[in-house]
Amino acid sequence: MVKEEQELANRPDNTAFTQQRLPAWQPMLSAGIVIPGFVIIGLAFIGIGVALFVTSHSIQVLELDYTGVENTEPCYRCSDPSSKNCVCTLEFSIDSLFEGPVFFYYGLTNYFQNYRKYGASRDDNQLSGDLDYFKSPGNDCAPYQYNSNNKPIVPCGAIANSMFNDTFKLYQIIRGSKKLVPFDGKGIAWWTDYNIKYRNPSVTPLKNAFNDTVKPLFWSKPAYELDPTDPANNGFINQDFLVWMRRAALPDFRKLYRRITEGDYAKGLPAGNYSLEIAYNYPVMSFDGRKKVVLSNVSWMGGKNEFLGIAYLVIGSLCVVMSIVMLIVYAKFKFPEED
Amino acid sequence: MTWRSPLALVRDALRGQRAREKDLRNLVSNLPYEGLEKRKQPNRYFPGNAIKTTKYTLLFFIPMNLFEQFHRLANIYFVGLAILNFVPVVNAFEPEIALIPICVIMCLTALKDAWEDFRRYQSDRKLNNTPCFIYSRKAKKFIERRWKDVRVGDFVKVICNEIVPADLLLLHTSDPNGVCHIETSNLDGETNLKQRRVMSGVCISDPDFEPESFNSLVVCEKPNNNLNHFKVLCVSIKCKDHMDSPKREKPDKEKVGAGIESLLLRGCTVRNTDHAVGFVVYAGHETKSMLNNNGPRYKRSKLERKLNKDVIFCVILLFFMCLNGALGHFLWLQALPTVPPYLVPDSNGHLDSPGLSSFYMFFTMIILLQVLIPISLYVSIELVKIGQIFFITNDIDLYDEATDSRIQCKALNITEDLGQIEYIFSDKTGTLTENKMVFRRCSIMGTEYPHKENAVRLAVLEESEAEENVLFNKRPQPVKPRWSLDTEDTNFEDRQHQHGSHRKSKVAGNAQSNVAFSSPLVNGFSHSLQSNNPMDPLSNMPKKSGYFSNIFTSWQRKPNRNRTISEDSVVEGDIFNLPEIMEEPGDINGLRRCSLYAPTNSDKPATTSDNLSYEAESPDEAALVYAAKAYGFTLLARTPDSVTVRLPSGEDLVFEVLDTLTFDSFRKRMSILVRDPITKKYVLYTKGADYAIMELLGTPYAENLRGIQKKIAADTQHHLDCYAKDGLRTLCFTKKVVSDKEYKSWFVNRQRALAAIENREQLVMDTAVQLETNLCLLGATGIEDRLQESVPDTIMALREAGIQVWVLTGDKLETAVNIGYACRLLEDEDLVINMSCKNKLTCTSIVDCALQEVRRYNEDPRNVDTTPDISLVIDGLTLNMALSSDLQDRFVELAKHCRSVLCCRVTPLQKSSVVKVVREKLKVMTLAVGDGANDVNMIQAADIGIGISGQEGMQAVMASDFAISRFKHLKKLLLVHGHWCYTRLANMIIYFFYKNVAYVNLLFWYQFFCGFSGTTMIDYWLMIFFNLFFTSAPPIMFGIMDRDISAEILLGVPELYRTGQGEGEYKFSTFWVNMLDAFYQSLACFFIPYLAYQGSDIDIFSFGTPLNTISLFTILLHLSIEIKAWTAVHLIIIGGSVVLYFVVTLAYSAVCVTCNPPSNPYWILPRQMADPMFYLLCLITTVVALLPRYTFHVLRNSIAPSPLVQAKHLDQLDPSTRSEYIKEWRSFRGGGQVKSSRLSTPPSPTLETPVGMYPQSPTVSDIMGDEFTLNVISENYQRHLHL
Repeated sequence: MVKEEQELANRPDNTAFTQQRLPAWQPMLSAGIVIPGFVIIGLAFIGIGVALFVTSHSIQVLELDYTGVENTEPCYRCSDPSSKNCVCTLEFSIDSLFEGPVFFYYGLTNYFQNYRKYGASRDDNQLSGDLDYFKSPGNDCAPYQYNSNNKPIVPCGAIANSMFNDTFKLYQIIRGSKKLVPFDGKGIAWWTDYNIKYRNPSVTPLKNAFNDTVKPLFWSKPAYELDPTDPANNGFINQDFLVWMRRAALPDFRKLYRRITEGDYAKGLPAGNYSLEIAYNYPVMSFDGRKKVVLSNVSWMGGKNEFLGIAYLVIGSLCVVMSIVMLIVYAKFKFPEED
Repeated sequence: MTWRSPLALVRDALRGQRAREKDLRNLVSNLPYEGLEKRKQPNRYFPGNAIKTTKYTLLFFIPMNLFEQFHRLANIYFVGLAILNFVPVVNAFEPEIALIPICVIMCLTALKDAWEDFRRYQSDRKLNNTPCFIYSRKAKKFIERRWKDVRVGDFVKVICNEIVPADLLLLHTSDPNGVCHIETSNLDGETNLKQRRVMSGVCISDPDFEPESFNSLVVCEKPNNNLNHFKVLCVSIKCKDHMDSPKREKPDKEKVGAGIESLLLRGCTVRNTDHAVGFVVYAGHETKSMLNNNGPRYKRSKLERKLNKDVIFCVILLFFMCLNGALGHFLWLQALPTVPPYLVPDSNGHLDSPGLSSFYMFFTMIILLQVLIPISLYVSIELVKIGQIFFITNDIDLYDEATDSRIQCKALNITEDLGQIEYIFSDKTGTLTENKMVFRRCSIMGTEYPHKENAVRLAVLEESEAEENVLFNKRPQPVKPRWSLDTEDTNFEDRQHQHGSHRKSKVAGNAQSNVAFSSPLVNGFSHSLQSNNPMDPLSNMPKKSGYFSNIFTSWQRKPNRNRTISEDSVVEGDIFNLPEIMEEPGDINGLRRCSLYAPTNSDKPATTSDNLSYEAESPDEAALVYAAKAYGFTLLARTPDSVTVRLPSGEDLVFEVLDTLTFDSFRKRMSILVRDPITKKYVLYTKGADYAIMELLGTPYAENLRGIQKKIAADTQHHLDCYAKDGLRTLCFTKKVVSDKEYKSWFVNRQRALAAIENREQLVMDTAVQLETNLCLLGATGIEDRLQESVPDTIMALREAGIQVWVLTGDKLETAVNIGYACRLLEDEDLVINMSCKNKLTCTSIVDCALQEVRRYNEDPRNVDTTPDISLVIDGLTLNMALSSDLQDRFVELAKHCRSVLCCRVTPLQKSSVVKVVREKLKVMTLAVGDGANDVNMIQAADIGIGISGQEGMQAVMASDFAISRFKHLKKLLLVHGHWCYTRLANMIIYFFYKNVAYVNLLFWYQFFCGFSGTTMIDYWLMIFFNLFFTSAPPIMFGIMDRDISAEILLGVPELYRTGQGEGEYKFSTFWVNMLDAFYQSLACFFIPYLAYQGSDIDIFSFGTPLNTISLFTILLHLSIEIKAWTAVHLIIIGGSVVLYFVVTLAYSAVCVTCNPPSNPYWILPRQMADPMFYLLCLITTVVALLPRYTFHVLRNSIAPSPLVQAKHLDQLDPSTRSEYIKEWRSFRGGGQVKSSRLSTPPSPTLETPVGMYPQSPTVSDIMGDEFTLNVISENYQRHLHL
């Protein structure tokens, strides 16, 4: 016996694996079999589509372009790049209650925050509060690395330099008088950005950390004075800064500016006339851009988005149609053994 | 080391160079120079015996391996891209990151290479340090050294069972006859012993060899790799000792020539000899075995060639995409009114002009989209092939228990070619047949003795005996039925009983014994011959060795014996096998031929004959010797100079062997010249192919016998034809008495020829031809070579699989045709075109007519169902003409219409030229299968060479890409593994292209929204991981394990094989359809999320993450649609990939806070996964992306199912209904292909069937009467077998 085994030393193992006989499931993609699948997917998609569509439909959105391209527009005069500290006011009205919480966005079009070199032009180490990088910002920041006096720019880089700096104030006009709609600027950036990713240097007062540095060329205020009202909203963890630093994926984007969650407006903006006071600073004419303000409320699926609901409806219906086609095909071409 | 001038060194080096390059080398013994420094050594120019087969050295491994790897274009491309990435103006990624994939791949390859090289190093070291004995003048004896110390010019002693360390010229052996035996199994796998002789005429002092007395100059040829050829000349400077050459007396001669028979090859084992001493002529890498060691073969498969074409298309596509990017960037820049804040100037604050920056952008795009050229595809293909080969070699159906051998895959990269074969070229002997020869019948002096029908024909026998008496009326019949009961047979019989293979009655002295005796014959014989070197005498094997048989002629009163000599040798055998017996009682004694044989113990030649076991170089010879033995003529001893035969009477006859005219494929015969011990006459016995013999028949010595001779020749020819029709291998035997004078003069010529260095073969052959004239025909033998198991079945299956099977054989036409019918290569219904013509003109007209006929027939629509299959039978001569350049095209055209082609009497060279012509003219995939040295050319010429490791040694196996042990394994190898390997790999490659395009296009589409700036919305690491880890295992698993159809169905419905032939599944259109699908899917994967996120506050990497995830799902689910059979492994790997993706990405995005700027992935995926939109997007996008492909598959499968799909349906039925359906389906599909009647009663695989088995087989004569007759010309075909 032993000898025999030796003699057959080369004999391959007779296992299901080596002999390629593993139990296998062989799905047959034929019309008869896939009909139920198509029907189920179709119906499920139609269901989801309806839900999405209804949800999306319930979201109110108000977009106000304030670029001032035409001279009839209130901000026309501000759109001239030479004008400084220009403020313009946009009047609008809301017909019915704009349900809260209302999100207040600013939007830019034709703005390529996703331009490759633009995106790379930042120094994450600096932004995480490493003082070494305050003195010598990373080369990626060039040419927004040092100013003409060779002083380091903090925060360095093109993204920070080009931060959006229009500011908005929203008033409700009640019988001719303006009532300020309170904005909530907390928590508009990602929690992780605010708490982990971006950090101020642990120097108090914060201003000292910025000694021997200069603010970005484009900025009017240094980073540590971005929000005089709230010391915790300055430096690199300023919410507006964080929002801006999270680069938009597409050239037409909006970014969250404030939320309207307080006081009389916690339930939403009541119908009526409103006035939007805009400190118009940010130039967009150089790239044919547009600026706008977007008021929107959100649902579980985020902002208003008709597309996804419609897509689900279309694909769902298509699947149902396909299942009918399959049924016909099945009737005409079924395999003999499927009888 | 003394100082030498550089000039002297250079001169020395040049001289060494010249010495090595010279056609002839002069070697002298090292002994007089022993102890001198190296530059005084006469043989210093020749390499030592240390070998080095490693490719690399430790120090230079890295540069050399890199150099090797950069031979691959793909690697250069990727490294070029990586370097490009270091150019700041064009870089798209962090430069270091771009290096990762190429580094990983090259490191893996380097590791693999290093490991292989290390193993080579180890084996080299082991070999180099093997001990051996070298003669030392100081010690006056052989001292133990290492192999690596052996130098050219040394004397080396090899002990029995030791391995020869270098190529040695044999000078001395312990055997008094100066022979020794070597086993060359290390070299060519042949386990039989080969005899080597001491070079005669060189100073030898017996019994003790004194190397110091050797003072000849050895002149040998430049090293070459021919294992069967060697030329050497010894020039004695002064010969102190007396010459010890008993026969070739020429002690005065200064020059002595020798050949391969005196060369011990490195790597062989010495056997049957206590020790042997040789002079080293070649050492180390110049030895024949090392020169034959060419390493693994590299072939490029058809699929890979196509693949490369498609890679080129990918390059073009890449070029256009990059151009698009550059152009887009240019236009985008142009459209900007002024400099926007997001356009970052360089560090000097100055912007490139749009033209320049778009030029840079072109290269950035190349880097960005480089994955379009599938970087990991080549590595994946190699992995897949390793896996496929693992499964092939582990297939238990391809394992042969008898030899305990699996299939060997020698070429690692052409597995998929197995699935595309369109033409098979097969050898016959040993490939279709067993190559185990069984003596069946013989014809002696015109009388036929079939011994199988012995019992039946007893009566007839009497008659024939009577006839013989008339015929050879000079002699009284030598009697006795009782010869078989000679005393010496007793043991023999006992043994036979033990074997149970036959039974012999011991009743003495009566006719019954005859009957009884015959029965064992029917039962067959157990052959113990194991690995003979078979040679089909007709197959032109160059290295034939001699043999001979003799026929007993009654008038001589005693049986004669003939024998042949050959350099082969004898082997000890353990058991003797049954001989076959001719029914003829003693008066005709069988032919016997002994090519080599030796008694078990060479020391005691007198041992009883029944313990003999013969080893022959060709199995035919062994069969003849055994047959002779069974009739009482026992070959007892065979030395180079003599043959001892024991007659039935117990008397031993010793024939002195004067010379052997060895076989060569030109003469197709061999002869032995012996001196009859009784008459003292010189007699030449010749054995050979009938056509080679018949024309040499001359006037016999007695005038009055002339008429009889004529009749004998005619009768014998008739018998030969019958044998051939019966599928037997035929040999003719003749004798010739040579007068003393004639011999003397011939001998002088012969010696001169043997001593020649130039043109020696030709001269030797000429002398042979010179003597082989005026032969007197003695008779002929028919030896059966059984078909291997399942050969007809296999050939049927291959033909149904759409493969044209050609059989190329050296056998004669009739034999070949009969084997053709037996193995179902030819069918009764077939239209057989027989081409055999003597001159070019006829040949041309035959080809033309046949072609016309065939074309007309094929074009006629009425013949659709009735067209018979056409087969072509052609002989070597005609083939030569048909393959000439002007006829070639027409011949190939004709052959294309033939379902099978049978070429007989072809030479090895013709075999390969047939393969080459068909392969090149028809642009088809060819496979050649063979087992012998004569098939090596063909095996190498074909796209796939398959060697059968059988009786004929390993030359074919060594030259082959795959080695199998039985012909029937071809069926599963091609139909199942070939199909699987091909579909798997083809689908895998297509999938790979798809995968890369689908993924990389996401980046491309994004460029339209980022100003064509080369931004990626996916983290670089994740992108790299995506290709390297997340999506690489599933396609590899798919390529190794997918199983579209089960093996049972593939074997049951061979037609399925056709799907792989020609273009197969990997069509040009398939490639583009998949590319389009990839484009569509990438569009869906990009634009659905795009539309969903349009205008929102999504940031770049939050946008990219769902894209990446969707891509993963789409790509994996796409594969799931393609996977035909899901096993647990599939599930685990695909599921594992998804899990791996999420685990890695989540971990990465949780850990990486500031790493990898600017694409910081921190917390992006976790945040996305908290958003229901993410899942909704993934769901719909994946469905939209895959819906068209899925629907297309479903509709195609339902409306126009491919054969594969239909077969898959069958697969799911239970076995019984399945076979039912297979039958139905096949008959429905098409009639002509399967002859049901045949299927039900497959013919016996052997030729055991009576001669009348194929009565209606259209032999050529039938065909001539056929209405479709196509110019049949045949000379010998009109004769029918009369029994």
